[in-house]
Amino acid sequence: MKPHLTPDQLDAFGAEMDALRRRVLDDLGEDDAAYIRGIVRRQQQLEVLGRALFYLPPAWPLAVAALSASKILENMEIGHNVMHGQYDWMGDPHLNSRIYEWDNVCPGEQWKYSHNYIHHTFTNVLGKDRDIGYGILRMDEDQEWHPYYLGNPVYALLLMVFFEWGVAMHDLEVENIVRGTRTMEDNKALHAGIMRKVRRQALKDYLLFPALTGPLFPLTLVGNATANLVRNVWAFNIIFCGHFPAGAETFSEEECEDESRGHWYYRQVLGSANISGGPLFHVMSGNLSHQIEHHLFPDLPAKRYPEIAPEVREICERYGIEYTTGPLRRQLASVARKICRLALPDRSPKPSGGQEAVRPLAA
Amino acid sequence: MVVLDRLVRSRTAAALTSPHGVDHYLSRINPMWAAHEVRARVVDVRRETDTPGAPVATLTLRPTATWRGHRAGQYVQVGLDLPGSARRMTRCFSISSPASGAGEEIALTVRAHADGQVSKHLVDAAPGLLLHLSQAEGSFTLPVSPATPGIDPLLFITGGSGITPAMSMLRTLLRDGYDGRAGRPVTFLHHARSPEDQIYAAELARIAEDDNDVTVHLRHGDARFSELELRRLAPGFRDTDTWACGPAGMMELVRAAYGDSPRLRLEHFKPPATATGSAEGDLRFARSDRRVANSGASIFEQAEDAGLSPVFGCRMGICFSCTTRKAEGTVRNVLSGAESSLPDEDIQICVSAPAGDCVVDL
Repeated sequence: MKPHLTPDQLDAFGAEMDALRRRVLDDLGEDDAAYIRGIVRRQQQLEVLGRALFYLPPAWPLAVAALSASKILENMEIGHNVMHGQYDWMGDPHLNSRIYEWDNVCPGEQWKYSHNYIHHTFTNVLGKDRDIGYGILRMDEDQEWHPYYLGNPVYALLLMVFFEWGVAMHDLEVENIVRGTRTMEDNKALHAGIMRKVRRQALKDYLLFPALTGPLFPLTLVGNATANLVRNVWAFNIIFCGHFPAGAETFSEEECEDESRGHWYYRQVLGSANISGGPLFHVMSGNLSHQIEHHLFPDLPAKRYPEIAPEVREICERYGIEYTTGPLRRQLASVARKICRLALPDRSPKPSGGQEAVRPLAA
Repeated sequence: MVVLDRLVRSRTAAALTSPHGVDHYLSRINPMWAAHEVRARVVDVRRETDTPGAPVATLTLRPTATWRGHRAGQYVQVGLDLPGSARRMTRCFSISSPASGAGEEIALTVRAHADGQVSKHLVDAAPGLLLHLSQAEGSFTLPVSPATPGIDPLLFITGGSGITPAMSMLRTLLRDGYDGRAGRPVTFLHHARSPEDQIYAAELARIAEDDNDVTVHLRHGDARFSELELRRLAPGFRDTDTWACGPAGMMELVRAAYGDSPRLRLEHFKPPATATGSAEGDLRFARSDRRVANSGASIFEQAEDAGLSPVFGCRMGICFSCTTRKAEGTVRNVLSGAESSLPDEDIQICVSAPAGDCVVDL
């Protein structure tokens, strides 16, 4: 879509965002460090509790709940955010983006490329941001329809269940191999990294921890698998609500050629959507419920997002830039509708250049 | 103990404790327990000099059992959690105590620089302070075994705090040599700003007096070593194994005097640089051994212009793909305008421009 702001207005908008960013950067300190260390401690308590409760078969559901919560916290509020470099300023190797390796089958090194660089730089740019539908789904009207997409809802369901595996295979760009623009050779270097990580994760969750519970091996194994599943479902839903509900826009490569910093900020706001909720919900989503703030400032500590959200929203409203937000159930319903609607070919041919027609009614 | 040790270092333990690692959990129980990392407790702090503005202190450190020991002349990276800022600062310090074995105590002699946050804090540290260490690093070491007598003379030329690695070597020679002797002729030349600023004054006086094969020459203030004096005090110095460490002026003099002699070994220390302007100075790419005149552009662009291909991503300071170690010099963040002069600092080269001379690991 074409920006409704002039280049000068975009520059002014960018300057306000830069100023906000600088203010937060200058203010980073003990509170932020204490926060992330507190989250790590809480996550470790939950993990130890979960792993220990597997020794008590009647407490199995509790064990799975604690371990699931621990895995969600670790992937979303710790792993994702630490690997964004949000805490690099602390100089602590444990919380350094170049060192931290999260509890997920996707190797951190590869994730940082596809997520930090590709997805965060080319957010919602069709043909560049491979997070649009993950190369499997049709998530935008501008993706040409093909009978393959009749399975859209089924693929989405499968991706949800096997989300961490989807993320791990994301970098292999399978869709580009099918298309013939990428060869198996290109993937050779990635295979070793993925297999090493998969072996490590499987060793931990499906061999060592079950073995430590002796005769309860099968129960623990199923419990660990369930916790991974819960984490997959949760992460998938939070992430899909971050970019695909009605209101979140996509862009073409031409629109983003030689873009200014202001336009980049503008694109981040329009390409993302927030989820409203309470403090616990925000923590459990790794503050990705503030997807707009995260995309504007991916390297600021996530706990700052709720703090600056009102100001970001105020600035956006002043420039007439749509700030999409809504409660989880509404955003989920919106995403689900979109997944199903886009499984079918577009009903009416798109009027050329008519952005209003593309913009859905909800949100 | 051995079994336990093997266990905590095993891949099984690493898998079970991922993603945080064994050390993280061990340090939760006791900060001095470690499987891989090295930490150390400060057990003693002794003032060496009370020079106004730049006092010097020797800190005795008791490391975790993971410390593998050091060869005389090596340095160690010291990480200090600065109180009040939540930032861990890491700096390199030469070890001044004689060569150590695994888990043995070591000593660092530190001068407080006016704008050195870490050094100032260390000099005024109280026993009990916990530090994060690397293993010993550096090849500015003594290759001869101190326990075997030889006839090859050794020469040390040091200035100011540059005395610390040489002192570690001298102490090692005297500790391990037969009957308290160095076992070969040793000449020890040192320059300090003033007699009051002389580190290890009493110990050096004792070494000079003892019958131990060591000759000590100290100079203070304006009485600096010249090439002429070097010839007089250490005849044939160009053919003598020499270790030199000191301020830039002294190092230049030594380098000139030695020409291309392979016997000279130099160790530089890196105080925080001061900015000299926006597009002045040289940008040096240490790993590829290239040097370009600073154009004022980002380090990333200048590296590309020099024909290097650094790893990159967004090129706008958000993705951290291009993070590179800056060894020395000042850089300005082109987004925030903030300048940073810390040595051995990780910077995002796509949004950092050099301000004056700068060395990066590319």
